[in-house]
Amino acid sequence: MLHIKCPHCGMRSQNEFSYGGDATVKRPELNKEVSDQDWNNFVYNRKSLRGKHKELWQHISGCRQWIKVERDTATHEIFKTVKANEEL
Amino acid sequence: MQKYSIFNLIKNAFSGHQNWDLAWKDPTPKKEYDVVIIGGGGHGLATAYYLAKEHNITNVAIIEKGWIGGGNVGRNTTIIRSNYMYDDNALFSEFGMDLWRKMSQDLNYNVMFSPRGIINLAHSDAQMNVFARRGNSMRLNGIDAVLLNREEVKEIIPMADFSDNVRFPIFGGLMQPSAGTARHDAVAWGYARQADSMGVDIIQNCEVTGFDVVSGKIQGVRTSRGDIKVKKIGLCVAGSTNILAEKLNMTLPIETHLLQACVSEPVKPVLDRVVTFGAGHFYISQSDKGEMVMGGDLDGYNSYAQRGNLPTLQHVLTEGIAMMPFLSKLKMLRTWGGIMDMSMDGSPIIDKTHIEGLYLNCGWCYGGFKATPASGWTFAHTIAQDRVHKLNAGYSLNRFNTGHLLDEKGLGTKTWIS
Repeated sequence: MLHIKCPHCGMRSQNEFSYGGDATVKRPELNKEVSDQDWNNFVYNRKSLRGKHKELWQHISGCRQWIKVERDTATHEIFKTVKANEEL
Repeated sequence: MQKYSIFNLIKNAFSGHQNWDLAWKDPTPKKEYDVVIIGGGGHGLATAYYLAKEHNITNVAIIEKGWIGGGNVGRNTTIIRSNYMYDDNALFSEFGMDLWRKMSQDLNYNVMFSPRGIINLAHSDAQMNVFARRGNSMRLNGIDAVLLNREEVKEIIPMADFSDNVRFPIFGGLMQPSAGTARHDAVAWGYARQADSMGVDIIQNCEVTGFDVVSGKIQGVRTSRGDIKVKKIGLCVAGSTNILAEKLNMTLPIETHLLQACVSEPVKPVLDRVVTFGAGHFYISQSDKGEMVMGGDLDGYNSYAQRGNLPTLQHVLTEGIAMMPFLSKLKMLRTWGGIMDMSMDGSPIIDKTHIEGLYLNCGWCYGGFKATPASGWTFAHTIAQDRVHKLNAGYSLNRFNTGHLLDEKGLGTKTWIS
């Protein structure tokens, strides 16, 4: 069982959360020419790092807020959690 | 190589079975090969075997970080099927079914292929319609499919919950009678033994540390056991695809996720088919030892851990008990996890890459084991001929650029419901 510290609610178990994937992926800017490759990178391509990974989770059975989590993908250790608008 | 036969069995009995040859050797890596396959799992071993058998390329090395049979080929739920609706998936998988049927003879190794049939259960009228459509598409592609109503399903699997008071009543199911299971370790060992006998070097405990790429062409691979000169490399590393892609400065439409499976204590024969729950993600069969073999959803977050957490297992087994209530009486014997190369559209990639001499085989998601022979056959063709075969033309890497996705079930890196 993962224990994730929601920055709004405190320490909760993993079943209250839903996973949202890589938090470092940025949507290409609006009102600018976007190449196919940029869209492809945004929609599909992922680094999927082994080790420290910045990712999004949603506290879906709690405050329903999106949060950012830094977690080790090899050991499942969680280092840090912050609100979605904060930097990890 | 010694042939495995009744006569050799009797002959070796006289010497107490002490003089059998090793199934494969433990060679030191040479300085140069024609082809290097990275990853000694089912797909890598099959690729090397078909390179030797179909294309007469035998100066081949398989480089494996761990040991043969220690990765996903030893961690799956052994299901073999070709019940796909899309042509690309259906024709590829049905080609594989033919290879499965001949495999034990072909490899001189009993892979215990057991075509016992798979039933996908339907729990609503709408799902019956979808299954009828998929069944028709399968039959048009020459794959056997039978649409079963509730009574017919009840006759085949009476132990499922057919009572009135259930959340997801069984309306019927789609059955592929020729689908089944095989002994997963035997598949790895059989391919390894034959590949080795044709001259392929199987190099275990050897980690790839880097690649030599000069002006867009593969020149060699660096390993923990020395540098190897080679012009063609096949990447067959499932959950480790992204780690090696990073060394090649490639970013792929793949995420590595954790998938768990489990077996119960062995019980007397009760279930002679593979059955999948249609209102969630759960599948079950009974092994020859009597264990109920079960699996389901991903854990749902990126992971390289090869071990899972209990909430997912609980979720998956809840579905199992909803489908077959007798499972609640069984004790769990073992659980384990494997790391899956989840592609973004749920279909695999077998293709060339922008680097000359680098070939990619990944993205197998939930269905890597059943694809072992077809994947090896088509990947060997792609490497040997330097062009994709029509069977794997749909599994191109650039389909994500062009929008020609193969989203058979709408399952990608996300769990069934999250």
